[in-house]
Formats: sequence, structure tokens, C-alpha cells
Amino acid sequence: MIFDNIDMDIRQGQVTAIMGPSGTGKTTLLKLIGGQLKPDAGTVHVAGENVHQLSATALYDLRRRTMGMLFQSGALLTDLSVFDNVAFPLREHTSLPESAIRDLVLLKLEVVGLRGARDLMPAELSGGMSRRVALARAIALDPEMILYDEPFTGQDPISKGVLVKLIHDMNHALGMTSVVVSHDVDETASISDYIYVISGGKVVEHGTPKNINHSASDWVRQFMGGLADGPVPFHYSSKPMIEDLMASSNEGRK
Amino acid sequence: MLNWLQNIGHRTFNRFSRIGRGTLFLWQCLLSLSYVFTKPMLLVRQLHSVGVQTLLIILVAGLFVGMVLALQAYIVLVDFGAEESISLMVSLSILRELGPVFTGLLFAGRAGSALTAEIGLMKSTEQLSGMEMMAVNPMKYIIAPRFLAGVISVPLLTAIFMAVAILGGYFVAIEMLGIYEGVFWSQMQTKVDFYEDLMNGMIKSLVFGFVVVWIAVFEGYDCVPTSEGLGQATTRTVVHGSLAVLGLDFLLTALMFNV
Repeated sequence: MIFDNIDMDIRQGQVTAIMGPSGTGKTTLLKLIGGQLKPDAGTVHVAGENVHQLSATALYDLRRRTMGMLFQSGALLTDLSVFDNVAFPLREHTSLPESAIRDLVLLKLEVVGLRGARDLMPAELSGGMSRRVALARAIALDPEMILYDEPFTGQDPISKGVLVKLIHDMNHALGMTSVVVSHDVDETASISDYIYVISGGKVVEHGTPKNINHSASDWVRQFMGGLADGPVPFHYSSKPMIEDLMASSNEGRK
Repeated sequence: MLNWLQNIGHRTFNRFSRIGRGTLFLWQCLLSLSYVFTKPMLLVRQLHSVGVQTLLIILVAGLFVGMVLALQAYIVLVDFGAEESISLMVSLSILRELGPVFTGLLFAGRAGSALTAEIGLMKSTEQLSGMEMMAVNPMKYIIAPRFLAGVISVPLLTAIFMAVAILGGYFVAIEMLGIYEGVFWSQMQTKVDFYEDLMNGMIKSLVFGFVVVWIAVFEGYDCVPTSEGLGQATTRTVVHGSLAVLGLDFLLTALMFNV
């Protein structure tokens, strides 16, 4: 079992962060919201619709209307240029003339600061740039909600700063709902309106960033502060050190 | 003992669920084919990478197979003074068996493995998931055009293989072994039947193409998205694809020639 009795509300127009250590199923949670995985029990509602009871057509329709997703890897289509990648959802879902698509793509690329990089291929981009292109692609159809999967992981400080600013600005300027899944505490806390901290399949704390920082739970304080020792022990569970050492000296004597 | 039994049960269950997934996958793929006709450029691009890029290996292999066959036929037939039947031996073996089988095997090795690797890499780099989240069905956009391109390409490649192999046999027979040209062609003309020999060969190639491409795209789509899983999936495509071609060939031959 990955999640146990989880209940979350993601409010419209806000940045909601879902934080937790690696391997707690944060990405799984996004895939549940996006309808890519089906839960064994429980329901997920997006824009008033139960995601997992929709027919395939209705699910695709819901995704097209309301969701954009930024994958950890960027997930750019490697055989298409930056321009074509951003144009892809527009070409698939609209019947706009090519000139209008060109204008829209350039506008979206301008938002992420990569209008000049439109002719590059994904293999020529740095990690930060490909995530920005993926972001431009995710907002191409002006979705109501964007799901960010670990947007800051593996980014250098400058790219991180750029992404933090972009997520924040887009949420406020375009009135989107954002769900940020991350374990980069400072960056995520700085832009989120509400935070859920999950661990071991449960929500261990939720509240505004201020509340979370002053949490009564030792575990949450250790996680938010990045402390080496606490309720999550530094040492992997083992027998006492003295026994291990004595065992080796006993063997030596034999 | 119990563990051993459990293991067997587990493996059998996995095998069967894979077959089930594969069949469901094929069904969805066939349902998605109509999409390809709304975007013909997708098909054209795949015809190029699946078909045209396999052409060279087919041409070279066909040429040599035809040439070797002519030499071997000569060695056997000359003892009976029947070396003029060389063209018959070459053309019948190529049209009935070697053309479709060789093309199927080469296609599995060249294009099938490439298809599996490409789709598997798309899966492991989340491109397929990304497409789903952009509300574009990868079944329609990625799988269907590749599947259709493969099914169209294999019979065409087979026809080319057959033609080139017979030309290779012709070259050896006429230029190296000194058979009369007129005899070479007239033997073929009188004894080779259009439906019985050529058409049955083409039907075989259609079946081989269908099965090999199905295996290739399914293995890619169903692979474990790690480098190890991708390697295993590519190997499985070549192994299963080749075995399927050889097994089906036996079955089809038995059916077609009423043995």
C-alpha cells in the first residue's frame, strides 16, 4: 500500500505543495490526479469530476481542458525541435492556422525566456532549459491547473531561481492552480500557499508554510530543517556497534 | 518445494497475463489505425524509417541468397544433366520460402529491434506519459503509424527481396555458369504459378510482417523502463520475432500446399 487514508484539498488559484522524502509516492499522487494510475480504493475529483470513473474519451477531454503537467525529466519529444514541441498540443487540439500557432508558441516561449532557442533540438538544451521548454509546452493550451513533478531536482541555483519565479508568476499572472510535488524545502515553501507533508503513506502535517515551520511534530521539523538526526535516524538499523566490533575481534582470535 | 511450485505458478501467470496484455494492445492499436489517415505525414515518416532504411540490408541479402542458391542448385543438378532447371529451383525456393522468411528475419533484426528500442526509450524518458497528459493518445500518435508502416513495408520488402534474389541467381547462371538466357526465363515462366507460388509467398510475408511488428511495438510499449529492461525487450523482439516467423512459416506452408 502506498497511501493510507489520504485526504487533500487543492484550492483553485493557489500554489499547493506536496512535500515528503523520496520514495513516499509523491509522483504516484500526481499520476493519480492525472488519471494515469487507478487507485484500488478512494476517489480523486478534478474540477468536479471523478477522474477514475470517466471514460477514456472524457478523461482525455478533462486533461485537455484542465491539466498541464511538467515532468521531472521534461519529457520533451526528442525528434521535434523546441518550437515544434511547444506547438505540439496546439496542433493536436486546435485547428488554428499555422501563423496563429507560430504567434502563440513564440508568446509561450517568451514567458519562459527561450524565444531565441526555438530552433534547437531537445538534445542541445541544458537540464534547466528543457524544463523551461516543457513548462512552455504545459501552458500552451492555457490549462486551469499545472502539476509540477519535482521541478527543482537536479537544477543549478540559477535555474532553480528561474523556475521558482516562473511558477510563482504564472500562478498569479494567469490565475492557474498549481500543484508542486517536491522535496526542495526552501524553494517550495517560498512560493506555496499551502503545504501538505506526507510520509509513510499518510499526511503528517498540513498548513501554510509558516504553520509548517513551527510544527509540533519532531519529524516535520527535521524534514523542513534538513537535520541529519532526529526521528528519522542517521544510522540504518543495525545491532549495536560494540557487538559488531567485538564480533570481528573474536573472529580474529580464533 | 512449495517455493518452487509458487515460482512456477508465478511465472505461468506472468506469461499468460503478458499474452492477455499483448492481445488487448493489438486490439487498441487496430482501433487507433483510423487516426493515421487523418495525419498521413506520420505514416510517411515511419514508412521511411521502418521500410526505406531496411532496404539496403534486404537488397544485399537478397542478392547473395539468390547467387548462392544458383551455385548450389547447379552443383546438384549438373550431375543429372538438369542444370537448365536452375531457374526453377532458384525461383521456387525464393518465392515460396526464402523471400518471406529471410525478409521477416531481417526485418525483425533491423527494424523490429529499432522500433522496440525507440518506443521503450520514449517510455523510459516519460515521453509517452507526457503525451497522455497532453491528452494525445500515444496509441494513436506513436504506435498506430509504426504498426501500419511495418505491415505495409514487409510485403513490399519481400517483393524486392524476391526480385533481387532472382536477379542474383540469373547473374550467376548466365554469366558464371553459362546457362542459356532463354532457357532460364522460359523454365520459370512455364513452371512458376502466379497464385500458387508468388501469391502464397506474399500472403506469408503479410502474416510475418503483422506478427513481427506487433511483437516489436508491444515489447517497446510494455518494457520495464530501465536500461536493463529496454535491453531485454529489444532482445525479446528479435528472438520472439524470429521464432514466430519460422514457426508460422511451417504452419502456413502446411496449410497452403496441402501436405
